[in-house]
Amino acid sequence: MTVYYMCFLLFLVGLYGMVTRRNLIKIVISFTIMEFSVFLFFALIGYVENGEAPILTRNLPENPVFVDPLPQAMVLTAIVIGLATSALLLAIAIRLYKKYGTFNIREINNLRG
Amino acid sequence: MSNLVPLYVILPLACAFLIPVLGRFIKGFSKTLLSLVLLLLTILSFHVIFSGLEQPVAYQVGGWEASEGIPIAIYLVLDGLSAFVLLIVSLIGFLATLYSLSYIKRYTAENNFYALLGLMIAGMNGVVLTGDMFNLYVFLEIAVIASYALVAFGIEKTELEASFKYQVLGGIASLLILFAIGMLYWRTRTLNMADISGLLVNSNHGPFMTFTQILLISGFGLKAAMIPFHAWLPDAHSSAPSPISAMLSGVLIKAVGVYALLRLFFNMFALTYEISLVITVIGTLSMVIGVFLAIGQWDLKRLLAYHSISQMGYVVMAVGMGMILMVQGGERSVAALAIAGGLFHMINHAVFKGLLFLNAGAIEYVTGTRNLKMMGGLFKSLPVTTTTSLGASLSISGIPPFNGFFSKLIIIVAAVKGGFYLLAILAVLVSIVTLASFMKFQRYAFFNKSTFSRKIREVPFPMSISMVVLVIFCLALSLLIFPGVREVMLTPAVDVLMETTNYATTITGM
Repeated sequence: MTVYYMCFLLFLVGLYGMVTRRNLIKIVISFTIMEFSVFLFFALIGYVENGEAPILTRNLPENPVFVDPLPQAMVLTAIVIGLATSALLLAIAIRLYKKYGTFNIREINNLRG
Repeated sequence: MSNLVPLYVILPLACAFLIPVLGRFIKGFSKTLLSLVLLLLTILSFHVIFSGLEQPVAYQVGGWEASEGIPIAIYLVLDGLSAFVLLIVSLIGFLATLYSLSYIKRYTAENNFYALLGLMIAGMNGVVLTGDMFNLYVFLEIAVIASYALVAFGIEKTELEASFKYQVLGGIASLLILFAIGMLYWRTRTLNMADISGLLVNSNHGPFMTFTQILLISGFGLKAAMIPFHAWLPDAHSSAPSPISAMLSGVLIKAVGVYALLRLFFNMFALTYEISLVITVIGTLSMVIGVFLAIGQWDLKRLLAYHSISQMGYVVMAVGMGMILMVQGGERSVAALAIAGGLFHMINHAVFKGLLFLNAGAIEYVTGTRNLKMMGGLFKSLPVTTTTSLGASLSISGIPPFNGFFSKLIIIVAAVKGGFYLLAILAVLVSIVTLASFMKFQRYAFFNKSTFSRKIREVPFPMSISMVVLVIFCLALSLLIFPGVREVMLTPAVDVLMETTNYATTITGM
């Protein structure tokens, strides 16, 4: 169970970073930390104690124990989506830097929520 | 029939792929292709609704049949509710594309615009159709990533800043949703919504499931911009190009926010009193606070964006009231009335808010400003825009015979019948404040003394025709109040939500 709490802690670390950091790039990094904590969570729920890779071979032991392969497939999909999100975030951050000459969000405040 | 279901996703997705590849070689390819495809989907949606759907139609992606009652394939499910939302998506999408034909000429990279729009529509149609939790997340990300890029399409300072803000908050929302999907999979070991629903019937009330539900409410609440989570919406919706603002406000917050909430909380989880109360309170807060934030705005599109929060509050509040009545075992007819009012207001809001954003775009197109104080006297030079925006303004503030009046009336009647007197009074008050705020818009934009020295001409034909079609819909949707029409369009959607377990049993029994 501890490992799940550690995973949740990582999620909170990312959230803390996103809320408190002032630098666009650091916000993106915090976002990635948060993202990967969720991926880690997916990998954890697919794990079965003493499980093997779910591949059917000729000489299987009797009553084989397999890990759940579905979360791994989902994590692969989610990583690709995460790549797209991070790439777009960084692209916008670079454009913002070109317009404002700074990464500090205190100085990028034309809009008020 | 079931073979037509994947067309909703495939056709716009194919557009999004073909436009960047072929668009640069063939002149006019991108706009023709996307508008034709969306016209086809609109006709298909009307056909689906008017031919009547008795039972949900499910398409199994990859053709994997269910084995021993356990669904294996990813299901695309078309039932009354999804057909209703698909109609909204395709209709507003088609008219926004038609409008873009001349509007988007002032931006560079037209092809990218149409490709991203196609991608966004494919994602939204996917979210509406899918019956699989992880697939929901994937389609959701397709839709929102395209919308992030479209918000930043102008690549000026404000657009980029709005897009970054939108991406950060939207990204947090997506992660919360993904986290919740992980929790659900951990507990049930399946991703199919119908299957999950069957497994959750007996074990819904633990703290584990409550935590999952709260994660989902925060995630989809952020996507739908309900009040504690609304900070990104006014920036993003006012910075995007106007047809995209119409899509974002008119469709995206409904398809990926409110629709997903309704589908999951009615058809997947068993309803609980606490969750229904939370949803009603969030809706009421959005309705009241949204309108008070809107009234002080002088930026036209920002004013409209805040009104989106308020009007979506009506929808969520009405549906929440229906949920509370169903949980407490109140009269089912009143609950059905409340839900019908909510869904009716949803399609009405898509039509009139889409139209208002197109009007705002037309005004910006000819005058180059969004500031209400800099406008004035546009009545003479922009007759089409003035008339259509008058229709939309009357509609959003609930003046008969426009559609907004009837949906608000149903919501208020349901609130009174269900014993929610406070909510009924609030709904009336908010409607009055909305009227005041739109009178301000009309007066400053169209009827004050003109401040323009140069000559202003009416917008080009594609822009005016899409506005005229939308104002006709504003009037025509009032017909939904009559029993004959209501039973065709609205009742199937309401039944899906009222018969909560019917969805799961028909899908797993297939």
